[in-house]
Amino acid sequence: MTVIRTLDKDKMSVAEGSYAVAHAVKICRPNVISAYPITPQTHIVEDLSQFMADGEISNCEYITVESEFSALSALVGSAAAGARCYSATTSQGLELMHEVLFNMSGMRLPVVMTIANRAVSAPINIWNDHQDSISQRDTGWIQMYAEDLQESSDMTAQAYKVAEDKDVMMPAMTCMDGFILSHVYEPLVLLEQDLVDEYLPPYEPEYTLDPKNPLTFGAFADPTAYTEFRYLQQQAMDNALPKIEEAANEFYEIFGRYYGGLIDEYETEDADIILMAMGSLVGTIRDVVDKLRAKGIKVGLLKVRTFRPFPAEAIRNAIKGARVVVALDKNISLGLNEGALFTETKASLYNTKIDVPIVGRMIGHGGRDIPVKTIEDIVEEAKGIISSGINTESKYADLKEDLL
Amino acid sequence: MSISLGGVCEPGTTRVNKTGGWRTFRPVFDYDKCIKCKLCELLCPDMAVFPRDDGFFEFDYDYCKGCGICANECPTEAIDMVLEEK
Repeated sequence: MTVIRTLDKDKMSVAEGSYAVAHAVKICRPNVISAYPITPQTHIVEDLSQFMADGEISNCEYITVESEFSALSALVGSAAAGARCYSATTSQGLELMHEVLFNMSGMRLPVVMTIANRAVSAPINIWNDHQDSISQRDTGWIQMYAEDLQESSDMTAQAYKVAEDKDVMMPAMTCMDGFILSHVYEPLVLLEQDLVDEYLPPYEPEYTLDPKNPLTFGAFADPTAYTEFRYLQQQAMDNALPKIEEAANEFYEIFGRYYGGLIDEYETEDADIILMAMGSLVGTIRDVVDKLRAKGIKVGLLKVRTFRPFPAEAIRNAIKGARVVVALDKNISLGLNEGALFTETKASLYNTKIDVPIVGRMIGHGGRDIPVKTIEDIVEEAKGIISSGINTESKYADLKEDLL
Repeated sequence: MSISLGGVCEPGTTRVNKTGGWRTFRPVFDYDKCIKCKLCELLCPDMAVFPRDDGFFEFDYDYCKGCGICANECPTEAIDMVLEEK
């Protein structure tokens, strides 16, 4: 099943991406929101504070804080007290949360946070790439990447559904590309309260902070028990894989919209060349695939919607028939000269019988535009790789040599 | 015993986590020098110094990590840090 949009024209409106997400948060009935404004996430929290001021969110506290570290710390306490919590951040703000991200997942608190993906300093850059969230991939947060505004909005409800599942109980990041999605207006259907109420039950925590029944959260674990906590977190991530699929399918049944669960395949069945990517870049590639297919070039798209937990099996099944796979990354692991999607996809093929050459192309860093022509050039290069044999090279696809 | 989700537990677990085994030097009072000023009790980061009925103080060696702050701060040098022996 590929992307399905059953969009009722009567329900459609035109909204900014940040507004669509803020509206989705409101409809998910949060109890505590705490966030510090940072570009390009600002519009999300502005809209939420407006909803609060207008009395549109009941039974909710909005905590204004002095930093992102405090924003997430406040939510650790709130979530431990049994509240459904929300925050949003990006770039340096997300990096400032780093320590608390581990606390949140270690304490198994299913908070949902939107990341309006942005490059990290230095040099200061406010435009979009995925370095911020990819840098947090080992913190025990579920990570999902949205292709467009409708998906960014719908993903919020799906993230709560997965995170709060009793077999998962892990926090989740829903990632939307900064500016490209957060500041763009598109026709979409804003989430409806009655349907979300049907989809997302109230949060029922296993344990809550209560003065009448005192409990200790995030206590000390010496070497005799610490390993087992990490093991259980990994088990929760494993459990999340089928739950993400279920959440997407259930969402489709109620709302009539489907974007894939862990991954989404487009024209991959007979594809010689498969391009894989995350976020809004997927939309550009979708158009390139249409264009090149019309010319008879067998190219397909693998959209990686869930990056953590990493859907290794789903990706293997999707790419095993291809003659070459190109992983496009808006991030780099410095010192390895590879993007995360490339490295991890490559690793997922080790010790299997699947022998598909895979190459990495880093692209669109710091908000550099990714025109159709660049993707077409990458496809052209991939054709050469098919004829020349295995090539696991990774490099920048859009490097300006004249600036070096 | 199995661990709970997220390690949530009843309060007071630190009581069973006896940190006295970490100690290399143990503090020992010389009550002839002690002026009952209470500084050792106030400054102990582990609350391992407790008052006796006679106004003097004693160490709780189950929890004293042997950091030596008490000995360092004692105005009359009434506390000696003695090497622990096996």
